[in-house]
Formats: sequence, structure tokens, C-alpha cells
Amino acid sequence: MNFDFSEDQEHLRNEARRFLEARCGIGVVRGVLDDGARSHDADLWAALVEQGWTALTLPEEHGGLGMGRTDLCVLAEELGRVLAPVPFASTVYLLAEALMMAGTAAQRERLKDIAAGRCIGCIAIAEGPGEPSPARLAAEVRGGRLHGVKLPVVDGNAATLALVLARNGGQVRLHLADLTDPSVTRAPVDTLDPARDLARIAFDGTPCEPIGDEGLVDRLLDRAAVLIAFEQIGGADRCLETSVEFAKMRYAFGRPIGSQQAIKHKLADMYVNNQIARSNAYYGAWALESGSDELPSAAAAARVAACHAYWYAAREGIQTHGGIGFTWEADQHLHYRRALQLDMTIGSPRAWRDRLFSALEAQADEEL
Amino acid sequence: MDFSDTPEEAAYRARAAAFLDAHAADLPRPTGGEMDRLAVARRWQAIKADHGYACITWPREWGGAGGTAMEQVIFRQEEARRGVPIAFFGIGLGLCLPTVIRYAPAEQRERFVGPAIRGEQVWCQLFSEPAAGSDLAGVRTRAVRDGDDWILNGQKLWTSGAHYSDYGLLIARTDPDLPKHKGLTMFWVDLKAPGIEIRPIHQMSGGVEFNEVFFNDVRISDAQRLGEVGEGWKVAIFALMNERVEGGKDRGLPAARIIAIARATPAGDATLADDGAFRAAFADGYVRMRGVSLTRYRTLTAMSRGQTPGPEASIGKLVMASELQELSRRLIEAQGAYGLIDDEALSMADGTVHHDLLHAPGIRIAGGTDEILRNIIAERVLGLPAEPRVDKDIPFSQAPKGI
Ligand SMILES: Cc1cc2nc3c(=O)[nH]c(=O)nc-3n(C[C@H](O)[C@H](O)[C@H](O)COP(=O)(O)OP(=O)(O)OC[C@H]3O[C@@H](n4cnc5c(N)ncnc54)[C@H](O)[C@@H]3O)c2cc1C
Repeated sequence: MNFDFSEDQEHLRNEARRFLEARCGIGVVRGVLDDGARSHDADLWAALVEQGWTALTLPEEHGGLGMGRTDLCVLAEELGRVLAPVPFASTVYLLAEALMMAGTAAQRERLKDIAAGRCIGCIAIAEGPGEPSPARLAAEVRGGRLHGVKLPVVDGNAATLALVLARNGGQVRLHLADLTDPSVTRAPVDTLDPARDLARIAFDGTPCEPIGDEGLVDRLLDRAAVLIAFEQIGGADRCLETSVEFAKMRYAFGRPIGSQQAIKHKLADMYVNNQIARSNAYYGAWALESGSDELPSAAAAARVAACHAYWYAAREGIQTHGGIGFTWEADQHLHYRRALQLDMTIGSPRAWRDRLFSALEAQADEEL
Repeated sequence: MDFSDTPEEAAYRARAAAFLDAHAADLPRPTGGEMDRLAVARRWQAIKADHGYACITWPREWGGAGGTAMEQVIFRQEEARRGVPIAFFGIGLGLCLPTVIRYAPAEQRERFVGPAIRGEQVWCQLFSEPAAGSDLAGVRTRAVRDGDDWILNGQKLWTSGAHYSDYGLLIARTDPDLPKHKGLTMFWVDLKAPGIEIRPIHQMSGGVEFNEVFFNDVRISDAQRLGEVGEGWKVAIFALMNERVEGGKDRGLPAARIIAIARATPAGDATLADDGAFRAAFADGYVRMRGVSLTRYRTLTAMSRGQTPGPEASIGKLVMASELQELSRRLIEAQGAYGLIDDEALSMADGTVHHDLLHAPGIRIAGGTDEILRNIIAERVLGLPAEPRVDKDIPFSQAPKGI
């Protein structure tokens, strides 16, 4: 057993952190936040591509670097720390993973475009309020053409290629659809986290092709849950650091607020949550990398713990800062917004708790 | 990131499993009266000592196996899988003996270590008092010098296992005119010494696991002192550091057992396993309990890389105790009025859940309360400033005192 990142991975982390400190200061995040017309920071995206980040886990024959999912976890954590306003998760954890898991040879050719930064992905599942369910799904493929409205779609404005969940014959499956097709209409929707892209996409007879079997979407979301958990932990740890620093400097009643137990215990709880989330995420990373059949429970546990940790840290981070924390200028609300964005991006924590229980039931049945 | 056994670990696990299976008839069980369980545990401890499975991480010269922390964990996993409870020797071997080994002269080490490892002698921790729990440095039990001896007077409280222990590690005040942390000294005592009276305390869970221990003019030799006069606080910190690494062990039923209970518990027209509120609450608790176990593997990895575990190990008990409390309450609540029945024959999992619910409050207090653990995390891990203290720099005899 060796339950931590390796030395090489720590090295990768240091490089990533230095790179992001230089290229993704808070001004970059605010640039997207404050400009409703921008879906993401294109310069940062180009720089990430140039660093080989979109190519990291892709196979070498498709222009990738052939590195492991645990390496990708390292990058995810660093991207989460700095609130990077880029469609990385949609492109790398979702689209690229789907292509690698289930793509036909022709479909896998798209991986080259991802490696080279010519392709941005998104996954389109939701169609309105409530958790999507296969029974209620309206999007449909008829005669090889996709019809329906997806609302909302994370990174739906920036993306060039979408994974779309739709009815096809008697099945509910993911499909690949080219978003530059004229039959596609898309528009930004106002969102809780304007530093990230959110779209409404209407498909009106869009050419598409199925990818994978009916089970792909769940297997894909399990994998993405682990990677996104690392983004959440990166953000949650940043909230903790900022709050601790502030609590040491800010005085009230003649002493640092950090010497008051109400603040101290809040920050201790934040630390505990973050550690719990980190440990669950490490197990998720191991299950992902090793192909363990415990991945469904490990991924769901990682997600439930990370959602809880980030939300608590973001929420109580503002509280720790007092009035200044409630201003637009302070960075606390950027985490508050991002925590919510990551909470809801691949199914809510509410849905994932249920999913965790189901996964544990399946595991228990296996054991008996 | 590798969670599976290395080839060496797998080989060790196989050896441990073979040893345990060969001794299946000797394995302790969690049932029966205390004295019967103690007798079985002593025998089992001696068998383990003969085969290098007692005190696995201790150096061979002290009767250990010179093994790694990981090996200890593997052995314990295999023991737990076979239903062997942890009992009786944890405080002695986890906390008292490491302190004896570190601070006692050679001939005392020879005298105590072997019998303790073999379960022949049991040790207890005589730290807490009526007026000194969280604020341990407030102990008032006095040790007064008399030639080559010391005379002890005072009262210890909440001493787990004193009623079956042979020896105890005792912290006493040797100089009340110094500030409170400075006037303390550590000793070991023989609980059979004249003047010691042990009275069991009936605890809220119904059992009698801890005691009050009175000292009336108890004469002990200066050779029983551990560390310098006035250095008792430092020695206590050393002892407690060992305790925290032990803390946060897995508690409660495994997930598969709980799911089986939930499926067998009616809820509305379906079962508790179909109930959204229960599923969600269980999931939240599960990730926290699981997170604690997994955090321990991170600590082990850090140790195997040569780092010393720090106060961050305190999160284990803090999280586990509350989650155990809430989970058992939730399972019992779901039984409806039937949940009121606390009877091994009638209650789910042979009464384990009811047992856990009634023990959880004690776990949240013993060995550092929830609040103290949060203070420790905030101050020692996060580096937040300590609270102002009114009694730190004045003579202990003049410090404010309450009940
Ligand atoms: C089951 C059990 C077994 C035990 N076994 C042993 C044993 O073998 N040997 C031994 O020496 N002791 C033992 N103890 C004693 C245990 O260590 C103490 O009970 C514990 O440290 C709390 O001390 P106290 O009971 O004096 O409570 P207090 O210290 O009086 O605490 C009362 C309340 O005040 C809170 N509080 C106190 N100080 C602070 C602070 N600075 N900030 C915030 N809140 C604070 C506490 O968290 C608690 O909620 C055992 C206790 C239990 C319950």
C-alpha cells in the first residue's frame, strides 16, 4: 500500500501550481466573471493546451502523453484551487474519457483534436428542473437526427462537440453531436457561477452518432466524479487557507478572531471535512486508475464528501471574513459560486448520496 | 497511489491469517463476563507474544517484532475480520509502557515490559481527577518528598480498568507554588500498595469500566519517578502522543451489515433501505467514517516514508464518535417503538447498535473531548492563536478554582 501521490506527481503539482500562479491569477477569473459575453478564458485555455494538459491522459497514438488518471487528479486539484475559468472538466474528464472508453476507431480520431486544443467538449443531459431520469427524457434521435432541447449545458457555448443523452430506439444512450452544425441553436443562460459557461442548446435534426452502450453514461459520470472531487478539494483547501490567514490577522475584542473558539472550531471542522474529502478522493483515484470494481462506491463517496467539504468551506469562508466577505471585490463569493457550480455539474449531491447507497447495496450483495 | 498490498504486505497478511486460523480456538470473543474475557485475552496475548504478533512495531530487544506500522495494521485487520475485540491492554501497551521504556531505568524496563507484552500484567492511566480532565495540568493529587520516598495523597477519577490493573502511570503535583504546568511529576505505582483504594464507577451505559482511585498516604520510592521532578507535563505529552495515534479505530457495524438491517426494517410500504431520507443520511455518515479509515492509510503511508504523524491524527476519534452516535440513533429510531427494546435476544445485531448508542457519549469525552480535539486541530495543525489564559503564569496555589 502506498496511499499518496508519488514524488513525480508532487513534482507535477509544483509545476502546475507555478504555471497557474503565473497564468491564472484572480484577474483572469474575474475577467470571465464580469464579462457576460465570454464563455471562458481563451488565452488560459490555449496555454493549458500548449502545456499538454488536455493531452495528458490521451494515448500516444492520438497525440497524447499516455499518463495516468492519478496524474490528472493532480492537475484537477490545482485547477480547482485557482478557480480556472476553462472547459477542462467537460473536455478532458467527460468527452475524452467517453471517447477512450467507448469510441469507435473513427470516433477516437477526435482525441487528436482534443490533444491539439481544436476540440472543446460538453455533456448535455438535463432538460429542465429536477434530476434527469431516463423515463422522462425527451431528447430523441429519429433517423439518425437529434431533436430536443438541453437546459442547461455546462460549457455548451464554448464546446464544439457534445455528448448528448437521448432516446434512440428503445434505448437511452449518449450520442456525439457536432455543435457547429447549423441545426444547433445555442445561447448563454445567466448562472450562479458566471466565471463558468452555461448554455441552452436546441437540436433540430442534428446529425449524431451513438457512442457506447446504455451503461456508458453512469460509468463515465463515476470517472468524472473522482476528477471533479479533486477540483472541489483544491477549492476547499484554498478557502481554508484564506480563512485561517484572515483569522490570524483580524482583531476583535482585543485579540485575533482566530483565538475565539467559535471561529477556531469552524475552521477545525473545515479542516476535518477537507481531510475526509481528500482521503475519499484518494481512494476514488486509486479505484479509477486500477480499474477496481469498487469504483461506483468509491466515486460516489469521493463526490459526496467533496461536495460537502467545498460547500462548507465556501459558505463558512464568507462568514469568517465578516462584512468584507460579502462584497463583490472579495474573492470569497467566487468559491461560493464555484462550489455550487461543481455541486450541480454532473448531478447534485442529493442524487449522488442515493447513488452511493445503491453502490454500497450492490457491493454488499456481492459480498454475500 | 496504490491501495493494494505490496508483495511483502500480501505475504505478511497470508502468514498472519495462517497463524490466526491455526489458533481459531484461542481467539477472544466479545461476549461473556469481564473476568472471563480478561482470562481469554491474557492467554491470547501470550500466544501472540510467543509468535511475534504482540507489539509488532516494538523493537525486538523489547519483545516486539521490529515490524512496521503497516504490518500491525494488517494483523489487526485480520484479527478484526475474525471478530477479535480490542480490549484490556490498549492503554498499557499503547501509552504506559512506551513511557516506561522511554523514561524508566534499565532494570525496571526489564521487569515490566515482558510481562506487559504477554498480558500477565495490566496497566492503567491515572491522569484525570475531579478537577483535572480537559485541563489535565490542573491535577491536585500531591506527591510530597520524604527522604528517598514520596508520599501520595489525592484522588484520581475515570481510571479505565483500574479494578483489574496491576500498575498505573500517575501524574501528581510536586510543587503547588510553581505555575501549573511546571509543578508536575510522573510516577508509576503498584496498585496493590497500601493506602490505595479503588472504587468502581457505574457508568451511563450500565457497565462498570472505569473507577475512582484514592491515595491515602501512599508511600512510593523515588525510583518510581519517570523523568525529572517538575517535568511531568513533558512526560504526559509523550504518553498522550502515543494515545492519539491509536485513536480513531474503526467502530460500528460494517456497511454491508447496516444495509442488511435496513432491508429487514419495514418503512412505510417498503423498507428502510428504500427510504430516501435514510439513504441520504447513511451516505453522509458513511463517507465520514470511511474517510477516517482512509485517512489512517494516508498516515501510515507518511510513516512508511519516514514522517512522524502529527496532531492531524486527532480527526479520527472526533469524527468517528459523533458519526457512531448519529448512525446508531438513526437505526434505532427507524425501529419505531420497538427500538426502545434493548435486549441482545430481540434487538438488531444482537444489541450492538444499542450498545454503541449508549457508549458513544463516553467516546466523545474520553481521551480528549470533541471540543478539545477541535482546539488542538485549530492551534497545532492550522496554527491559530491560543486562547488567553488566566492561570498559566501564576503559582498553581493561587489559580482560580471552581467545582
Ligand atoms: C469512558 C471514559 C474513559 C476514561 N478513561 C480514562 C482513563 O483511563 N484515565 C484517565 O486519566 N482519564 C480517563 N477518562 C477521563 C477523560 O480523559 C476526561 O473525562 C476528559 O478529558 C474530560 O475531562 P472532564 O471529564 O474533567 O470534563 P471537563 O474538562 O470538565 O469538560 C466539561 C466540558 O467542558 C468542555 N471544555 C473543557 N475545556 C474546554 C476548552 N478549553 N474549550 C472548550 N471546551 C472545553 C469539554 O469539552 C466538556 O464538554 C475517561 C473518560 C471517559 C468518559
